Amino acid sequence: MTTVTTSTAGTTGSVGAAHARLEGRDKVTGAARYAGEVPFAELAHGWLVLSTITRGRIRSVETGPVLEMPGVLTVLHHGNAPRIDGNYQGMMGPPDPVIQVFQHDRVPHAGWPVALVVAETSEQAREAAESLVVRYEEEPHDVVFGAGSPGAYVPDSETPTEKGDVEAELASSAVVVDAEYTTPEEHHSAMEPHAAMARWDSGRLEVVDSNQGSMWVASELAKLFSLDPGAVRVRSEHVGGAFGAKGIRPHQVCAVMAATVLHRPVRVVLTRRQTFSLVGYRSPTAQRVRLGADADGRLRAVDHQALSVTSTVHEFLERSADAGRAMYAADALHTVNRLVRVDVPTPTFMRAPGEAPGSFALESALDELAEKCGIDPIALRARNEPAVGPASGLPFSSRNLLACFDEGAARFGWAQRDPRPGIRREGRWLLGTGTAASSFPSGAAPSTASVTAEADGSFTVRITAADVGTGARTALTLIAADALEVAPERIRMKIADSDFGPAMVAGGSMGTRSWAWAVTTAAADLREQLALGGGIPPQGITVRADTGAAVQALTQKERHSFGAQFAEVAVDVTSGEVRVRRMLGVFAAGRIVNPLTARSQFIGGMTWGLSMALHEEAVRDQASGGHVGADLAGYHFAAHADVPPIEAAWVEDPDPDDPVGIKGIGEIGIVGAAAAIANAVWHATGVRHRNLPIRPDRVLQAGTAAHGAG
Amino acid sequence: MREFGYQRASDVQGAVALLGADPGARALGGGTNLVDLMKTGVERPAQLVDIRELPLDRIETTDDGGLRIGATVTNSDLAAHPEVRRRYPALAQAVLAGASGQLRNMATVGGNLLQRTRCGYFTDVTQACNKRSPGSGCPAVEGEHHQHAILGASAHCVAVHPSDMGVALAAFDAVVHYETADGPGELPLAEFYLPVGTTPHLETALPPGALITGLTLPPAPVAAASRYRKVRERASYAFAIGSIAAALDVRDGVVHEVRLAFGAVASRPWRAREAERALTGGPATAEAFGAAADAELAAAAPLPHNGYKVTLMRNLVVAVLTELAEEAAR
Repeated sequence: MTTVTTSTAGTTGSVGAAHARLEGRDKVTGAARYAGEVPFAELAHGWLVLSTITRGRIRSVETGPVLEMPGVLTVLHHGNAPRIDGNYQGMMGPPDPVIQVFQHDRVPHAGWPVALVVAETSEQAREAAESLVVRYEEEPHDVVFGAGSPGAYVPDSETPTEKGDVEAELASSAVVVDAEYTTPEEHHSAMEPHAAMARWDSGRLEVVDSNQGSMWVASELAKLFSLDPGAVRVRSEHVGGAFGAKGIRPHQVCAVMAATVLHRPVRVVLTRRQTFSLVGYRSPTAQRVRLGADADGRLRAVDHQALSVTSTVHEFLERSADAGRAMYAADALHTVNRLVRVDVPTPTFMRAPGEAPGSFALESALDELAEKCGIDPIALRARNEPAVGPASGLPFSSRNLLACFDEGAARFGWAQRDPRPGIRREGRWLLGTGTAASSFPSGAAPSTASVTAEADGSFTVRITAADVGTGARTALTLIAADALEVAPERIRMKIADSDFGPAMVAGGSMGTRSWAWAVTTAAADLREQLALGGGIPPQGITVRADTGAAVQALTQKERHSFGAQFAEVAVDVTSGEVRVRRMLGVFAAGRIVNPLTARSQFIGGMTWGLSMALHEEAVRDQASGGHVGADLAGYHFAAHADVPPIEAAWVEDPDPDDPVGIKGIGEIGIVGAAAAIANAVWHATGVRHRNLPIRPDRVLQAGTAAHGAG
Repeated sequence: MREFGYQRASDVQGAVALLGADPGARALGGGTNLVDLMKTGVERPAQLVDIRELPLDRIETTDDGGLRIGATVTNSDLAAHPEVRRRYPALAQAVLAGASGQLRNMATVGGNLLQRTRCGYFTDVTQACNKRSPGSGCPAVEGEHHQHAILGASAHCVAVHPSDMGVALAAFDAVVHYETADGPGELPLAEFYLPVGTTPHLETALPPGALITGLTLPPAPVAAASRYRKVRERASYAFAIGSIAAALDVRDGVVHEVRLAFGAVASRPWRAREAERALTGGPATAEAFGAAADAELAAAAPLPHNGYKVTLMRNLVVAVLTELAEEAAR
């Protein structure tokens, strides 16, 4: 028994001070093992075979010759795979049928899983998989998406915002902007492709995975394979990027199937090319924004209509039109998200789903309105600052958008900006600056955590959090340290193990907020227990917390992070090249836990925004229905040389009524960044670019306002 | 994995013997393109003959004042060579505009000439492609082709050659030297790449089993005032959507000599001889540069989504020649 020392230690201040990642050294030295490289005895390797047609039926899977190949153990396909049950409601609703692998002979899109070849080595599995002959009955397909796509509908999950009379307000507006914007199909492209090992161990299913929610994956696997929830354990120690794509995906299901059939551990790793059709993506969008304003820029009407794509087998809605629901005061507000179904894979959440493409359209339109009204873009936003949620009428928990613009304008030198477009030249480059607002909802979800006071005076925290590369493990350590009033070195932070109990996934910018809530609650309860005195038994004293009731009891408010994005660009209209020269983002995102990793998340998001503005675009071949150039040579994102100095800063954003005070920062960095760049391109050239990415051919063909099109 | 033979050659004769003995053999230089294509199944050589140890890694001045460049000289060494930088600056610039430092350290001059197109249909074995699988069709013509050829293509293939280096070599009249079992041979770069026609899978005029041993660059005083400019869809690590190698000798406002070659517009580096003819002996003005570009690009046959390349190349001709003319005037 040791004596309790915590109640008098009184060490706080870990939160808010810069801390390097706890596992940083392991990661840069290669000591940290990722799911694709954890060794297991008797490990077999699975390789997926994907459909080469876009729509039709599998006529035959000619396994004979492949089973004769060296090392091949089995070929799973719709004719022999174990049956699974996809008829359930998971954490995110019903599962995408793409994870219900090998259950029927239908092919609903290109790159659909048709077989898994398992062999002794990864090389043997690949060789056999690439040799496997699959015969199809091909049917005509349609993969075309655009503003005029037929069959657009408002899905059941969508409730359009209808406030006031948009048409009447537009009709009586002195200034109207009515513009259409498009964003292309974009892919997460996490550095670490998906990988999972599954094995049975004493009647329990164990999965070593790379995911953003081990409890999420465990519960889905339990449902799919009709297992007791307690019979599945999923761990995900290190994750090389997730961005919304690393939930339940076909590779985990395949690994479990094969491990079940073969009675040995099986690992399935996706190739880069496979990730383009198996793990979701951001839908292309076609958006129309109409703004009506008085001559002084006061908004009378905001109408934002967004169209995105989904598959024929599952519904995912990219909520682009939601971007403006909490942004600006207007007498009339209308937003609606529509879908069109075609023969493509189902899209999914991708960093700032909805807000990323939606903010591009809305914040570009605001800039167009500022131009038409002859008002500074920041002044326009200030003029339309709402007192309460424009759609909901609810108060804001905190709203420091204008503080972000004030701070940003000062740092960026906005006051010196000449608003006239197309008049700054430096050699072959035309120069311009732009700005845009940014926001992202700040939600919380129930989570559980346990904190153990160990006999040696240290503390062990257990929570099914996920560190997808953000530094969550470190942030939670700092939070636990402050909650327990000890130095961070005395905290042992154990995460990403579904045995630790239910917790929010790393998603929706809700992870750290939700997990921190559970950890601080458990820590507070533990401190109360320890304050009663007495000693700590050898097994320690453990306290569990569940924030379910507390999250439920949270007052209904508009809860968002806000930000102001600034960009300076150089455009050569004779070659079409656009170079971003600098970016600045100032954010109001609650309490910043770890300034070091927070800055990385902000500038990482802003870099995504740059990449979205200028580079990223997955190209689909209409004839084959599949991608062209589905690899990192063909799918361009910003290279280092494209990324200029990026400055990220934040302003005070306190909310005394909030139990944790933390808002998410994983997504807001991308929101508005593409619009700021597009607005800067207009300022440089005098030409609006409403279709992303702003490729050289588009710039070249648009020319400058002075020279006209072409 | 798919099995293949691997042998390392220690001299040119040995390498030629190995290459001649097996029609499925391929020479392995830096492997920066070939190995990638082997991984994806686009290239399936039965035998690799590693030529990196051959004594072909030198750059030497020729008696007439040109340069001889060995086939296994790395891109990095080529771009860094003082004589290349001094006499043919556009060549050094072109090499440095491609790939990354790590790749340039591996990639070789011979391999660069033989690299394959990056057309997304060619690199995806699930797609039809006349170059990879003769007779299967060219989906790019009706499909995704905004990066494809506007000059010299055919309905059978509209892919572009990806090399930056080759564009500068085309401008400077490089000659490719090779060795076969029957002895040495040479091909001017202008004859090295075959027209696309109906046989896009036949890319070069090299005899079967030939090993590229090096290049010679004839003396070209005009090349000392030369420039390579590459336009691509990101600032680094992407192939060109249009590029230009240009050299200009202006005397008293008159074009005495000019060299122009275009990249990323055709199945081979495109020497712009029409433009050169139009310019030579005429005024060194932006109007003349534009008219010369128009003369060259009159033969362009853009597809629905790559017409911008005509504008791009015209703009590049005017911009780069104007820069060179202004610098010469200083």
